[in-house]
Amino acid sequence: MSTPPSPTPRGTLDETPPGEVVENAIELKEVEGLSQNQIVLRRFFRHRAAVAAMVVLIGIVLLAFTSIGVGPLPGWWAYSPNQTGTLTNPGGSPTMTLPTWLGGSGLAIGEHPFGQDEAGRDVFARVMRGTQTSLIVMVVVGLVASMVGILVGALAGYYRGALDSWLMRFTDLVITIPVLVLGAILGSLAAGVGGAYLLAIFLGLASWTTLARLVRGEFLSLREREFVDAARVAGASDRRIIFKHMLPNSIGVIIVNQTLLMSSAILLETALSFVGMGIRYPNVSLGQLINQYQEAFATRPWLFWWPGLLIVTIALTVNFIGDGLRDAFDPRQKRIPSQRKMDRAAARAARSTGSASTGSGSNGSGSTGSGSNGAGANGAAAEPAL
Amino acid sequence: MFTFISRRILQGLATLLASSFLMYLLVSVSIRPLDDLLESTSPNKAQLIAARIELLELDTPVVLRYVKWLGNFLTGDMGTAWVSGQAVNDKLGGAVVSTLQLVGAATLLAILFGVAVGIVSALRQYTSFDYLITFVSFVLYSLPAFWVAVLLKQWGAIGFNDFLADASQSWPAMIGAGVVMGLVATLAMGGDARRRATAFGIGLLATTGVLAYLSLSGWWSTPHLGPVLIAVVGAGAAFGITALSTGLKNRRALGSAVSVVVLGVVLYTPLQYLFAGISMSWPLAIVLGLVAAGSGWLVGRLWGGPDWGQSARTAALTAVVVSAMVFVDRVMQVWPKYFAAGAIKGRPIATVGDRTPNLGGDFWVRTLDMYTHLLLPTLALLLISFAGYTRFSRASMLEVMGQDYIRTARAKGLSERTVVMRHGFRNSMIPLATIVPLDVVALFGGAIITEQVFGRPGMGQLFIKSLQHAEIEPIMAYLVITAGLAVLANILADLIYAALDPRIRVNA
Repeated sequence: MSTPPSPTPRGTLDETPPGEVVENAIELKEVEGLSQNQIVLRRFFRHRAAVAAMVVLIGIVLLAFTSIGVGPLPGWWAYSPNQTGTLTNPGGSPTMTLPTWLGGSGLAIGEHPFGQDEAGRDVFARVMRGTQTSLIVMVVVGLVASMVGILVGALAGYYRGALDSWLMRFTDLVITIPVLVLGAILGSLAAGVGGAYLLAIFLGLASWTTLARLVRGEFLSLREREFVDAARVAGASDRRIIFKHMLPNSIGVIIVNQTLLMSSAILLETALSFVGMGIRYPNVSLGQLINQYQEAFATRPWLFWWPGLLIVTIALTVNFIGDGLRDAFDPRQKRIPSQRKMDRAAARAARSTGSASTGSGSNGSGSTGSGSNGAGANGAAAEPAL
Repeated sequence: MFTFISRRILQGLATLLASSFLMYLLVSVSIRPLDDLLESTSPNKAQLIAARIELLELDTPVVLRYVKWLGNFLTGDMGTAWVSGQAVNDKLGGAVVSTLQLVGAATLLAILFGVAVGIVSALRQYTSFDYLITFVSFVLYSLPAFWVAVLLKQWGAIGFNDFLADASQSWPAMIGAGVVMGLVATLAMGGDARRRATAFGIGLLATTGVLAYLSLSGWWSTPHLGPVLIAVVGAGAAFGITALSTGLKNRRALGSAVSVVVLGVVLYTPLQYLFAGISMSWPLAIVLGLVAAGSGWLVGRLWGGPDWGQSARTAALTAVVVSAMVFVDRVMQVWPKYFAAGAIKGRPIATVGDRTPNLGGDFWVRTLDMYTHLLLPTLALLLISFAGYTRFSRASMLEVMGQDYIRTARAKGLSERTVVMRHGFRNSMIPLATIVPLDVVALFGGAIITEQVFGRPGMGQLFIKSLQHAEIEPIMAYLVITAGLAVLANILADLIYAALDPRIRVNA
């Protein structure tokens, strides 16, 4: 087994002398018999906001990539981002209308749901292309920053000594330059050569520093643990210890940090494109769209609203997913039901013990000790708590 | 201690040197000063290119150019921006002041509001208020700065200016605002039904009352505070500060805070003559503020008692609040004059630049002009950094409130105020004290977007404009200054941490 077994819960039955109640037995009951991954997944799916955010994000990804197609593959949307045409509505206003009960003139998507710009280009197609760009940049930045950050942090933390001090001095050096500034310089370097991918790789090369520091800290403490000694005694190579034994154990920190980094990568890319240092014509980015259309705010507000709303939605969903992951990976995270829910659960428990004959199993055992009675109340309250 | 500081400074200088070299290489690769000439169709194209290469010494190797630049930089000559022919030193001066105004105001307000909201949210963990604040801060955190800035500019400025031109509010709007504030107060206070109802009532009445007073008395066209309002708000501040810092049971502290307010109101009229008699300037204003704080301290000292330090502290804080109000009142007095000035054209809330050209006027008018230009960009920066501080202080406070010494403090029978303010709040601020210097520096270099949208001639604008014009000297000056400040902030953060947390030793 590559990962060490998670420390055995001290509350399991065979270790506990009968009659003794372990202090955190209630908390451990929830995760009994589950692997680390199962616990994390379970906790994540209980975070309602994070799950909702994930659904929304998947929806946006599907919409952006299927509607106008990727590369040579065609999508189901009739227009392409840079194709000009005649204005359907006067001024190019959106053809999408609200249903009558919301005050609109009946629900309709129409030909140009997000409207058209002054050249008759379809805003929906343009926004979708911009969303594609932003999503690609987000993922590539995340990947590049992870690779560099993990490599630097792992080497520094595992080998310590001179290598550590050189790598960390280099990290300090990169940190002294604000990411936005570094991004602007690298972005104008990338703009002359290639499109979104090169920009994204450069931005990734500018934003790995936090992760490197975190991974180094993790590795410094992990390398003192017994399972690393065991692996070394068993003859594992340094590479195997780093990638098979230590890295899986710090994956929580890495995933959480990278998720949050990806949401800021979206904001960074759109900001750079907004000031003209990122994605440039003929490529389309959400920030570039906003920059291009900000003068039209008074006359054609739809040109301005949709790209912004998409940026906010993507960044918000990624942030929520990151928050859910943080809660899921944090072993100290306890879900404490609110006072009101505790009261309600207590009332319910009192009611069911009152009608003693119908008492459920958990309440039946409640008479043996206050500890498991609390567990019953907690369990009842914990389900609706999230 | 001394070895630690000197070692860190030496390390920082080495980092700076390496980073400036790296940046020089990167910048010289990424800018293309010949682009405009390469595309030109003029007959003497080759000559022009040769002249440009001569001017910028593009034929010397970049490392040699760096060494030359470094030599000049170390002797205090930052070079000239070749497009405009302006010396970089001159350009920097104005940019630094403009950025400091913006970043200073935004950071101060963001810390004040963010920390307050974050602490309350932590104390009310898992309540509706907590969830609401968490959600709002997530949304604010995900907002793109440029989008907010453009929205504020296109919407906020126009809307507010229209409102100021004909300042009256409808009753439904005022009551609606009151209900919203009442709900927020209810959620923030928590507690039983009676406490919640009281909070709602106070929030509703106070908000609606204030709005109605402002609207009906024509306050929006002639804004002022006046001795009455200063007395009322000052008394509120005196009670609030005392309640938080020493508790209302400490009669000496309360007494000194209230006497400071009385002193401030009594001195209001003489101060107006003072303001009229002297020519005001910012250094003088700061000195006067310090004098006010000092006299507050003295009042607390005079109230005496065994614990006079607490009274002095409370009174000094109250004095700062009261003197700030007197200052703001004096600035507000020039509003009608400002509003009517020709350069304003009836649109006082500005969206471009950091001052109105050809405005004239004395110190007070210029200060007011600065405020109206600061309002929207500060709001844009504030919204985003507020979210960060809220998240941070909430997490920090939760961490501290879960510690054993908090339980011990409660078990000793200390009042909840003492537990929260002394044992909880103070300790939760330690990590914050270490990120504030870094944040200020990051904002200093990173208000690029906000400055761009609002056209403020600050540091960020200097950087972006120079990058677009392919001028390496101003870019390098900007980079070295931000990097130097970042190194300094890091050292400062370590020292602050060591000073605040006795478990940390710096000479390790």
